[in-house]
Amino acid sequence: MSRPFLSVENLVVHFPTPDGVVKATNGLSYTLERGQTLGIVGESGSGKSVSSSAILGLHRRTNAQVSGQIWLDGVDLLSLSDEEMRKHRGQDVAMIFQDPLSALHPYYRVGDQIAEAYRAHHNVPKRVARTRTIEMLARVGIPQPDRRVDDYPHQFTGGMRQRVMIAMALINDPTLLIADEPTTALDVTVQAQILDLLQDLQSEFHTALIMITHDLGVIAEVADDVLVMYAGRAVEYGSARELLTRPSMPYTWGLIQSIPDVSGPVDKPLRPIPGSPPSLVHPPMGCAFFPRCPYSKLVDGSGERCANELPDLLPIVSGHLKRCHLEDPEVMYQETPALEAAQ
Amino acid sequence: MTTTPLLDVRDLVMHFPVKSRGIISRTVGHVKAVDGVSFTLGAGQALGLVGESGSGKTTTGRLVTRLQKPTSGQILFEGQDIADASPRQLKPLRRDIQMIFQDPYTSLNPRQTVGEIVGAPLEIHNLVPKSKRLARVQELLEIVGLNPEHYNRYPHEFSGGQRQRIGIARALTLQPKILVADEPVSALDVSIQAQVINLMQDLQREFNIAFLFIAHDLAIVRHFCPEIAVMYLGKIVERAPREELYSAPKHPYTKALLSAVPDVEQARIGGRRERIRLTGDVPSPINPPSGCRFRTRCWKAQDVCATQEPPLEPKGASTGVAACHFPEP
Repeated sequence: MSRPFLSVENLVVHFPTPDGVVKATNGLSYTLERGQTLGIVGESGSGKSVSSSAILGLHRRTNAQVSGQIWLDGVDLLSLSDEEMRKHRGQDVAMIFQDPLSALHPYYRVGDQIAEAYRAHHNVPKRVARTRTIEMLARVGIPQPDRRVDDYPHQFTGGMRQRVMIAMALINDPTLLIADEPTTALDVTVQAQILDLLQDLQSEFHTALIMITHDLGVIAEVADDVLVMYAGRAVEYGSARELLTRPSMPYTWGLIQSIPDVSGPVDKPLRPIPGSPPSLVHPPMGCAFFPRCPYSKLVDGSGERCANELPDLLPIVSGHLKRCHLEDPEVMYQETPALEAAQ
Repeated sequence: MTTTPLLDVRDLVMHFPVKSRGIISRTVGHVKAVDGVSFTLGAGQALGLVGESGSGKTTTGRLVTRLQKPTSGQILFEGQDIADASPRQLKPLRRDIQMIFQDPYTSLNPRQTVGEIVGAPLEIHNLVPKSKRLARVQELLEIVGLNPEHYNRYPHEFSGGQRQRIGIARALTLQPKILVADEPVSALDVSIQAQVINLMQDLQREFNIAFLFIAHDLAIVRHFCPEIAVMYLGKIVERAPREELYSAPKHPYTKALLSAVPDVEQARIGGRRERIRLTGDVPSPINPPSGCRFRTRCWKAQDVCATQEPPLEPKGASTGVAACHFPEP
């Protein structure tokens, strides 16, 4: 049986610090095919960016302990030397960062920065790289690309800078594109334009896309599959539709409940998830979400199992996995009576 | 008899001069950040200000708090015009109008303890004797849901959500009548946003505080504010009760803005709303388009839109107002 296009297997990323080991990612596994979009959702510190940076080999071996396997098109990226990895980075795998202003060098013309990415992987004269850059700028919707190619980053608006980042990421026709919160810093109208653009480019180049975001609305728009991360682990994994309609892990349900909507009733108060995420140095023994979970008492009456035993990531129906001891997620959707009865 | 609203802003204008480069700098133009904005806010009410970056919503907030002096226009607070007030005249007003900032990381002094940060307003206004300040600070920390024993900790020891609570506690110290909240939750994680929103709503009810709520997240504004004003290039283009604004927007810009919001609910029922693609960027506020400022991106624009600026007036049977020659039905 052939491997999926991208297969992350048991990925572990730990950062040793004077205060203890920060367990940023603990045994993460997922797969992704070309032309598909995987949404990764989670709060700051859930490990969504750290695990994705590992695919690009961005963690320095001196300060990060990375283990597991990342198979991309038949090659285990984690087994490569720095030199070999450099060939893949930017060529097969590219990344769009959240803040284009800090990801672009303020002293260099945007055209030169994009062309540099091209020349790093193609042995071509500057003139050819420049033509290719102008082509790419036009493709991402920058007006007058032959003139704007010589502008500096500060001469672009936020949305335009993000387009420049996308042009830079796509110039080598990568087969895997990782977008780390690409629209968080943008206005909704610009966000809509960028999401449209990413989807158009994805269908054109048949790229596999990983969309890292904390915005469930964005997930609903673009993702085929969704991976929900909490404290360095996948806690729920399934198709976007299934996961948004029938979430089976209390954290996912909490996220969905805590965001207001542009339609629907207005007078009900928001239901925030109480508390804050756990420490990654001393994570809870059992389920990492247990200290904030209102449903643990429904598991065995005292919540002791959740406190002591880490649940496995198991299928609830085919293709929909959850890491939770709660057997019947339906009880979450009911209003509080089941909970109150338990208390 | 008409009662005076708590805050009555009339024709507020803020033009920032643009200087030429060189040794002798001349004013070569003005950034028309806010250009004739009027609204009222009653005690204990909440008005939402939404718009894209550069629409002037933040500047409006900074003018209301008088962190900046407007170019012209009136800001009537309890009937008294504070637009031209001197720093000395402003000092007592600062007690009544306070602000919550967007970024909980840069808006708190890292070298001050939480007690110093929250207690500073008491010291400046000399309201509570020194011996009783700590008790008041602890009371405030408790109100915003922080451990009162943590008064001697520094901001870096708190998470983003907790820091925003510290910022709120500081704003509450002087028992203000108006809180200007500029993107108060956009820097926070989703699960924490709801906690802070609920906290602000509780405070609004308990202390009868009026909120000027500035945000670009339309869903959160809808949740928080019964009335919402939409800004575009320094002007209010539509102001309406939320039920009307979200179900039947009159201004094409409002319609486009709403259609751009990704909606979880829609994806769940399998549908996808028709999205209006706004092309291009917001024009420069130095040289805004003549007539209606939205006309360069509007799909309904006709000749009249370039020559005549549409007034902000009621359209059809709605209670809200919109500035458009060809409003949506």
